[in-house]
Amino acid sequence: MSWSDVVAVVLFFGVTAYAVFGGADFGAGFWDLIAGGADRGERPRALIDHSIGPVWEANHVWLIFTLVILWTAFSTAFASITLTLFVPLTLAALGIVLRGSSFAFRKAVFRTRDQRNFGAAFASSSVLVPYCMGAIAGAIASGRVPAGGEAGEPVSSWVNPTSILGGVLAVTVCSYLAAVYLEWDARRFDDAQMAEYFRRRAIAAGAVAGVVAFIGVFVLHSDARYVFDGLTSRALPFVILSALCGAGSLFLLVRDRRGARVLSIGAVATVVIGWGVAQWPYMLPTSLKVSQAAAPDGTLVAVVVVFAIAAVTIVPALVLLFVLDQKSVLPEEGTESADSAVVGSEQLQTPGAINRL
Amino acid sequence: MTLFAVDPVPWARSQMAFTLGFHIILVPLGVSWAAMALIANYRALKHDDSDALVLAQRWSKYMAVTFAVGAVTGTVLTFEFGLLWPRFMGTWGPAFGVPFAIEGLFFFTEAIFVAIYIYGWKRLKPWAHFWTGVPVVVAGIGGSVSVVAANAWMNDPSGFTLDSSGKVVDVKPLAVIFNKAMPYEAAHMLVAAYLVGGFLVASVYAVAMLRGRRTRYYRLGFIIPFTVAAIATPVQMAVGDSLARWVFNNQPAKFAAIELVTRTGDDVPEILLGHEHANGTVTGGIRIPDLASFLSDPRTGASTVVEGRNAFPSDGEPTVAQTNAVHLAWDLMVGLGTLLTLLSLWYGGSWLFKRDMPRTRWFLRIAACTGVLAVITMEAGWVVTEVGRQPWIVYNYMRVDQAATTNGGVWVTFVAVVGIYLVVGVTTILVLRGMSRRWRAADGGDESDVPYGPTPPRPEVREEVPVG
Repeated sequence: MSWSDVVAVVLFFGVTAYAVFGGADFGAGFWDLIAGGADRGERPRALIDHSIGPVWEANHVWLIFTLVILWTAFSTAFASITLTLFVPLTLAALGIVLRGSSFAFRKAVFRTRDQRNFGAAFASSSVLVPYCMGAIAGAIASGRVPAGGEAGEPVSSWVNPTSILGGVLAVTVCSYLAAVYLEWDARRFDDAQMAEYFRRRAIAAGAVAGVVAFIGVFVLHSDARYVFDGLTSRALPFVILSALCGAGSLFLLVRDRRGARVLSIGAVATVVIGWGVAQWPYMLPTSLKVSQAAAPDGTLVAVVVVFAIAAVTIVPALVLLFVLDQKSVLPEEGTESADSAVVGSEQLQTPGAINRL
Repeated sequence: MTLFAVDPVPWARSQMAFTLGFHIILVPLGVSWAAMALIANYRALKHDDSDALVLAQRWSKYMAVTFAVGAVTGTVLTFEFGLLWPRFMGTWGPAFGVPFAIEGLFFFTEAIFVAIYIYGWKRLKPWAHFWTGVPVVVAGIGGSVSVVAANAWMNDPSGFTLDSSGKVVDVKPLAVIFNKAMPYEAAHMLVAAYLVGGFLVASVYAVAMLRGRRTRYYRLGFIIPFTVAAIATPVQMAVGDSLARWVFNNQPAKFAAIELVTRTGDDVPEILLGHEHANGTVTGGIRIPDLASFLSDPRTGASTVVEGRNAFPSDGEPTVAQTNAVHLAWDLMVGLGTLLTLLSLWYGGSWLFKRDMPRTRWFLRIAACTGVLAVITMEAGWVVTEVGRQPWIVYNYMRVDQAATTNGGVWVTFVAVVGIYLVVGVTTILVLRGMSRRWRAADGGDESDVPYGPTPPRPEVREEVPVG
C-alpha cells in the first residue's frame, strides 16, 4: 500500500465521518423546516436546538478536514473539482454561512418573529447544502470532472441524473439519520411524545431513502457505469451490508426497539465507503487515478502524521464531547434563569409536566 | 453565462479580500476572548468574585455567536481557495496545504472544547469546567499560528523542489511550516489577536461606563480586556518592527512600496502620507529626514541603502495604485498603533502611580473608540502584507493572475457574498446588542439561578442525571 492509498483512505474516512455526523445536523434542519407553524413546531424545534447545539460545530469540522486533505494531497483533482463545480460549491459555501450563523442567532434571540426568520434561513439552507454536496459527489462519480486541473461542463456537470440522485439521496439520508438520532435524544429526555414523532419520521425517511437508493441503481447503471460496475463487484459487500443495516434499523424502528441508531450509522457509512471502493483506483473516474493525483511523498507523510495525531488527540476529545452531551452534562448555554426560562431547551425538561396535564 | 462573463481576476481578488477582511475581524474574538473569559472565570473561582463569574459566563454566550459566525466564514475561505484560486491550489496545494492540515487539528480542538465550555456551566464542577476552557485558548493560538504560517509561506516560499515543468515534486513539510517569515508574521498576528480582541471588548464597557453604568461589574468588564490589550500593544510595536526589518531584508519590493522609496539610495526619509505618481515622483506628505534608512538598519543608521522601486522590473512589484494603498495602510497602521501604545502607557502609568485606571472621562472616550481603531489598524496591516506582495501570490514564483479561476461568473458570487456577509455582519452586531440589553433588563430582576449553584428545584424537573 503506497502513501497515496493511505491518504485516500484517510480522505474517505473524513467524508464518511462528515456524512454520519454532519449529515445528521443537516437532516435536523430538514425536520426543522417542515415542523409547521410556530406553535405546532415549537417542541420538535426545541428538541432539534437542544440536540445539535453542543455538537454541530465539531461535526462541521469534518468538512474542513476533508477539503484540506483533498487540496493538500490531491491538489489537481481539487482544482478540477472547484473549476467544474463552481456553482454547487458556491451555493454550498453560502448555505453553510446562512445555516451556521442563523442557527447561532436563533438561539440568541427571543422574539418569535426573529426566531422564525432565522429558523427559516437555518432550515432551508440545511436542505440546500446536502443537496449540493450530493450533486457534487454525483458529478465526480459519473466522471463529469475532467483530470488535469481543467474545467468541465459548468452546468451539466451537476445537473444530470447521477447528481440529482446524489442530491436527493443526500437530503433523504440526512433526514433519516437525523430523525433516528432525534428519536434517541427524545427518549433520553424522557419525551415520549417527541420520540414517537421522530420515530414515525425516521421510518418514513428511511423508507424513502431506500426507494431512492433502489432507483439509484438504475440511474448509475445508465449514467455512471464505472461506479455501477464497482458497486456490483468489489464494493458489493458494502452495498449488501448497507441494505441489511438499513432494513434492520427500519425493522427496529417499526417495532419501537432500541438499536436503530447504530444500524442507521452503519447503513450510511457503508454507502459512502462503498462509493469509495467502487470508484477505486480512481480519484476522478475514469480520468485520474489516486496514484496520479497524489502529492509528493513528503506531503502525504505529513498528512498521515497529522491524521495519526488527530486519532490520539481529537478522537478522544470528540468522544468526551459526545459522552458529556449524551449524559446531559451540556444542557444549555450559560446558566441564567432570565434566559433559560424562555430558551427552548427548558420546554424539554418539562415534558413530564405536559404529559401529566 | 458567457453573456455576463467578465475578467475574473479583479472579482476573485475582491471577493477574497472582502471575505478575508470580514473573517479577520472575528479571528481576534475567537482567539483572545476565551482567554479573557478564563481570566474572569479564574478570578471568580479563586476570589469568589460573583461579578467576574457573571462576566465570564456572559462572555461565553457572546462567544457562542461570534465563534459560530467565525467558523462558517472560515469555512467559506476553505472553499474559496479552490473556487477563486484553482490554479494556485492545483500547483502549490502539496506545500501550501501542509500548515492547514495542522490547523485542522487546532480547529477541531477549539470547536470541541468551546462547546464543552459554553454548554458546561451548569453541570460541570467549577474547576473542571474552567480547565475545559484552556484547550480553547491553546487551540486558538495554535490555529492562528498555523494559518499565518501558510500566509508567511506565500511571502517566503520554501520547503519544495520543482521539476522542469514547474510541478512540485518534493516537499519538506517542516521547511514549509517554519519558513523564515513565519515566526515574525505569526507573532505579529497572534499579538494582534489579543490586542484587537482586548480593545474591542473593552470599548463596549467603556461606552457603558460613559453612559453612567459604573458598577463594579462594568469596571471589571473594562479592566480585564483593556489590560490584556494594553500589555499586547507595546509588544506588538516591537514585533512589528522586527517584521518590517525582515521585509526590508527579504522583500525589498514590498518594503519600497511601504516606505514610498522610488530610487535606490541612502539617507532615505520617512514619508508620512504622500502620494506616488505614475512618473515615479512622490508629492505631498511630511518627510522626516533619514528616518526610513535609520529604522531599516539602526547599525548603519542614515547611511543604510534602501532599494527603490526603480530597482525592480515593473511587472514584479506593486503597481503605482497598489503602492499608494500599501503606503497609506502602513501609515495608518503605524499611526494608530502609536496612538494605542500611548493610550496603553497612560493606562499602565495610572495603575503604576495611582493604583487605579485613569479617572477622566476623556480616557473613557478614547477607550470607547479603541475597538474600531484596533480593527482598522489590523485591517491596514493586512493590506500592507497582502497588497505589498503583489503581483505575486507565491512570492517570485506565481503571479495572482496566473492563479485565478477562469470562471467568468465570479462577479455574481462576489455580489452574493457581499450581500450575505453584510446581512450576517449587521445581524451579528444586533444580536449581540440584543443579548446585552436583555441581560441588563434581567439584572434588575430575579437572578436566583446562580452559576455553579444547585439547580433550583422546579416541580417539573425530572431526575435525569445526578447533578455533579
